[in-house]
Amino acid sequence: MIKVDGIHKSFGNVHAVRGVSFDAPDGKITGLLGPNGAGKSTTLRVLYTVLKPDEGTANIDGADVVSDSLAARRNIGALPHGAGLYPHLTARENIAYYANLCGLEKSEVDDRVSNIIALLEIDDFADRRTKGFSQGQRTKVSLARALVHDPQNVILDEPTNGLDVMATRSLRHLILKLKDAGRCILFSSHVMQEVAALCDDICIIANGQVAIDDSVDGIRQRTGQDDLEEAFVSAIKMVGEE
Amino acid sequence: MRTLLTVFFKEVLDNIRDRRTLMSALILGPVFGPVMFAFVINLSIDRTLDDAESTMDLPVIGQQYAPNLMRFLEGRNINIVDGPEDIGGAADAVKSGEHDVVLVVPATFGEQLADTIPAKIELYSDEANSQGEKEARRAWNSIYAYNQQLAMIRLSARGVNPRLLSPINVDEVDVSTPSGRSAMLLGIMSYFFIFALMMGGMYLAIDATAGERERGSLEPLLSLPVTRGQLILGKIFAACVFMAASLLLSLIAFYVALKFMPLEQLGMTPNFSLRVVAAAFFLLLPFILLGASLMTLVASFTKSYKEAQTWLSAVLIAPTLPILVVSILTLRPQLEFMFIPSLSQHLILVDMVKNEPLNGLHVAISVCSTLVFGALLTWVCARLYQREGLLG
Repeated sequence: MIKVDGIHKSFGNVHAVRGVSFDAPDGKITGLLGPNGAGKSTTLRVLYTVLKPDEGTANIDGADVVSDSLAARRNIGALPHGAGLYPHLTARENIAYYANLCGLEKSEVDDRVSNIIALLEIDDFADRRTKGFSQGQRTKVSLARALVHDPQNVILDEPTNGLDVMATRSLRHLILKLKDAGRCILFSSHVMQEVAALCDDICIIANGQVAIDDSVDGIRQRTGQDDLEEAFVSAIKMVGEE
Repeated sequence: MRTLLTVFFKEVLDNIRDRRTLMSALILGPVFGPVMFAFVINLSIDRTLDDAESTMDLPVIGQQYAPNLMRFLEGRNINIVDGPEDIGGAADAVKSGEHDVVLVVPATFGEQLADTIPAKIELYSDEANSQGEKEARRAWNSIYAYNQQLAMIRLSARGVNPRLLSPINVDEVDVSTPSGRSAMLLGIMSYFFIFALMMGGMYLAIDATAGERERGSLEPLLSLPVTRGQLILGKIFAACVFMAASLLLSLIAFYVALKFMPLEQLGMTPNFSLRVVAAAFFLLLPFILLGASLMTLVASFTKSYKEAQTWLSAVLIAPTLPILVVSILTLRPQLEFMFIPSLSQHLILVDMVKNEPLNGLHVAISVCSTLVFGALLTWVCARLYQREGLLG
């Protein structure tokens, strides 16, 4: 369960996030949708605690991301945008490194790593060094690494970027599996169709503010647009007019 | 603690697998020193031996007017060769660089000598040419010796004791020991050790911040349930291990290289036994933490791997500055100097090589102050690892 309450974040003169609030409940997929530069990544970076908000609060399963950031991090698996691997380690070693850092029992580490490798279907290249991996392979390993400790909350920043159709499909299946297991999934994207196909709730962000936060049907109703893309455009316009 | 060890072992494994980096850290650094050193030593041995033993060619115009002088010069290992045709050509030949030095004996030489008038001869050389100047000095010295010999014969012939001409007899006594003389030259080797030691950890120090950031692995790493202090400590300790390995290799390389250097010919017998190798290792060990944290600190301010490399090249020179200042001012080891890292190690190392008794207090202060500086910088690194700007 992720709760975000009125967070602000500026970088110098750029006011990137201006009072974003939303909830991402367990057992649901929440999509953070918005044009490039809307403040999606900044919001997510506050949630996985690498940035501190200037104002407002956010918590992960009740643990504040600023005052109790260690506890907050314990309950999240994060896939930052453009996450990189260690090129001299194999995929398996990359994943095991994170498993160890997450504090999994030593006896458990090997099994967990093998399980997640099987789940994400990356056996073929699990024991190769990650130098020279394709974008899709890298994303899968990064995802396996983020999920190896079985976190309750999963934060994915533009996970489908650079993935081909098959890889996108298998990622979608995985996200649905996590949802069925009662996890809270929050992911960002600028691709309308992807969000529409997957998410239960959509939070549209534009210009650092929440334009609309509702279920897919709710958004259609409130914007008066049947087509979700039109709904997206009119929601963004609503923010721009303020 | 487990986090720290996990980070430590991962960094060690990662660095070992990176062959090219490992080569440059563990091979280039340690080998560079001894090779440079052997080169410099052999060059200076060549030059020293050159002067005394080699035969020098001396072009002479008018050899026939001074046959005895010619024989005297030949006795001093100077080979008389034919000079330019005429006297006017002598200056031109030296100017053009055809000859370094030309001796001209005028036809009046024998006559003046017989009449006990100071006999004039001319020595042409170019003072601006260092090789020419050396040869001219050697020629002049030999002619002067001949001059002295003639003077003594003349005095004896007149019944005067030649010793009257030397009222003072200066005897120079050099108190430096062979080990002491080596220390001057071997003093530069402490820099090579520090250089090799820094090289050993340079890549890991960059990787902790700029490297991880550039690769995109920093952000996911920071989103893990570990404190940043543990991450940075694990990384700094891993760098320390490679620095220690690099230091040990460079000490051993020096030990081996010295066996092949004919230092005795220069009157040097440096005390660089295996015992000194071991002592030097433990003496320089505290400097490793300081070096690792210093490099990590500097690298953390840079935006990219390349920029970090540029800055760290400058950091490699920093530890030599105090050594340089003290060498130029030729200061003796003092208590205050022992508080300055790199300088204190240098001074103590020089004493060890000179085979002088070690000052226990100096060693203690050197070790403690270096460790304190190292711990302080490590703490600053850990603090800086907390800031948001780290993500770039």
